[in-house]
Amino acid sequence: MSTEHLTRNARLDALAATLREQLAEYDCELLEQFGELTLVVPAEHLLDVCLTLRDHEALQFEQLIDVCGVDYAAYGQSEWETETASFTGFGRGVDRDPKLTLDDPKRFAVAYHLLSLAYNRRLRVRAYAGGAEPMVDSVVDIWPSANWFEREAFDLYGILFRGHPDLRRILTDYGFVGHPFRKDFPLIGQVEMRYDAELARVVYEPVSIEPRVLVPRVIRGDAPAGPDLSQETGDA
Amino acid sequence: MPEIRNYTINFGPQHPSAHGVLRLVLELDGEVIQRADPHVGLLHRATEKLAESKPYNQSIGYMDRLDYVSMMCNEHGYVRAIEQLLGIEAPERAQYIRTMYDEITRILNHLMWLAAHALDIGAMSVFLYCFREREDLFDCYEAVSGARMHAAYYRPGGVNRDLPERMPQYDKAGSKWHGAKEMTRRNANRQGSLLDFLEDFTERFPKHIDEYETLLTDNRIWKQRTVGIGVVSPERAKALGFTGPMLRGSGIAWDLRKRQPYAAYDKIDFDIPVGVNGDCYDRYLVRVEEMRQSNRIIRQCIDWLRANPGPVRIDDAKVIAPSRERMKEDMEALIHHFKLFSEGYCTPPGEVYAAVEAPKGEFGCYIVSDGANKPYRLKVRAPGFPHLAAIDEMARGHMIADVVAIIGTLDIVFGEIDR
Repeated sequence: MSTEHLTRNARLDALAATLREQLAEYDCELLEQFGELTLVVPAEHLLDVCLTLRDHEALQFEQLIDVCGVDYAAYGQSEWETETASFTGFGRGVDRDPKLTLDDPKRFAVAYHLLSLAYNRRLRVRAYAGGAEPMVDSVVDIWPSANWFEREAFDLYGILFRGHPDLRRILTDYGFVGHPFRKDFPLIGQVEMRYDAELARVVYEPVSIEPRVLVPRVIRGDAPAGPDLSQETGDA
Repeated sequence: MPEIRNYTINFGPQHPSAHGVLRLVLELDGEVIQRADPHVGLLHRATEKLAESKPYNQSIGYMDRLDYVSMMCNEHGYVRAIEQLLGIEAPERAQYIRTMYDEITRILNHLMWLAAHALDIGAMSVFLYCFREREDLFDCYEAVSGARMHAAYYRPGGVNRDLPERMPQYDKAGSKWHGAKEMTRRNANRQGSLLDFLEDFTERFPKHIDEYETLLTDNRIWKQRTVGIGVVSPERAKALGFTGPMLRGSGIAWDLRKRQPYAAYDKIDFDIPVGVNGDCYDRYLVRVEEMRQSNRIIRQCIDWLRANPGPVRIDDAKVIAPSRERMKEDMEALIHHFKLFSEGYCTPPGEVYAAVEAPKGEFGCYIVSDGANKPYRLKVRAPGFPHLAAIDEMARGHMIADVVAIIGTLDIVFGEIDR
């Protein structure tokens, strides 16, 4: 079991070394955590980096397993203060208005999960898409499987993919307004619908229910430590 | 001369062979598909957004409802991601139980797929045969979790409880419709433990697969409907993000159980079937052989589980609830129980991706954590999503009746595609 752990790390180190060597010109950042590698790519170099990742002989990431958007606007915010509670006492109410960082250039990110069948390795690529009008280049021409995944990220987060052949909504309803997975979109939604007997059609109205928090979101420092907590392995 | 133009039709969302709620807009030239545009999302429930609003453990039940015919495999993917975040590993017995139930789930899924696929193409009786065997496996689900389908049985750090010593039996007295004699017959293989019942099943099951194969494999109509239909080359299969039987049907020997082993798969002997032509028929053969291999895996797990009793949950009160007995005697256990079920546990900040070989392909969970008791972002990578995305390429140039065969071979379930 222990040797297996070693080899797994050795393989990760080999991949990290190759990435650093091949992508030196692109100003990428390489993170290692929980035995996984994340390559943070500047959005302007995304296509070049992805092409290298797919075609370079020592990398051969021929499969794009997943693309997903992430909204970091509420990252690290809790609804209950727990650190100082011993001295001040608990308030039962939750903090309903988190301070969202809506215009942060690092608000939206797109995470790509790559798989190399030839080398049996995985890699996560992350590109920040900006805050106000998030946009990154589409990788459909590099991996055709990105097509629907990018449509989904556009639908749920409003991230635009430059060069995507068919950027329509995919999961939400026809005529839906807004991007539901953004942190400033309420869980209960904006509208509810019902059948109106007089108009003889389905009508949309503003939601009539109140948002409710059953279990407050808390952040405690005493979480069990993972195998190797975020340690940077340096710039690539 | 009349103007000739392409004809656009709606296939579904209420079509019986649309496998749920697929709306497919087909552009036809005569009876030949020019373009297939699937409209999905009719079953979108925002599972991932809901998961952001609850503690980690409360979302396990949602995982069952993603791909609702391979329930425990979805749980496995989610639970593994959390375990990776927390840096814990389930005890060996739990790993074997998970392996066994993953394979039971694979058989369940493939039976459902075979039944529906055959029914779509016109072979009615296969459906009835497949559902007969599914019933026994549902009883195994029920015996261990209390639910026939949506089990919510896996936990970060193990499984909810050990396998029962006694297989539940039918009421001996019988009912108005089934007499006592009938009940005795039905209870015949339920006299021992769950493992005894399952072993009896694995002895019967290969013969049942032979029955399905007798009905289909050399059947002239079946071959006419599937051979050469929906051919995907190995290069395209990789580029389109295919995984699981869809990838193996195109001749690529890739299986996470072998290449990136998890649970107890590295200690178990089994083979990976691979197709040659990448058409619907080859994918059928691959999946049928996978059922035989699953049967083999289950038998090996049964032998191991019989010989090796032990804990099925890790001994960490911060993550796993204490037993009821301890909770009622021990103050600390009571506090842990209360904490775990009210607030849950916090994970270290960071991001993980964990994948399992679900029956349909690679089912992965990507979790971004900011150190809270709820995931900051959960992304479910559903295998059916890229498979369905490829339907345009696969169906182009085929006849409209072949679309049904292609939908069948994709093995799509909208619970996971729409999420």
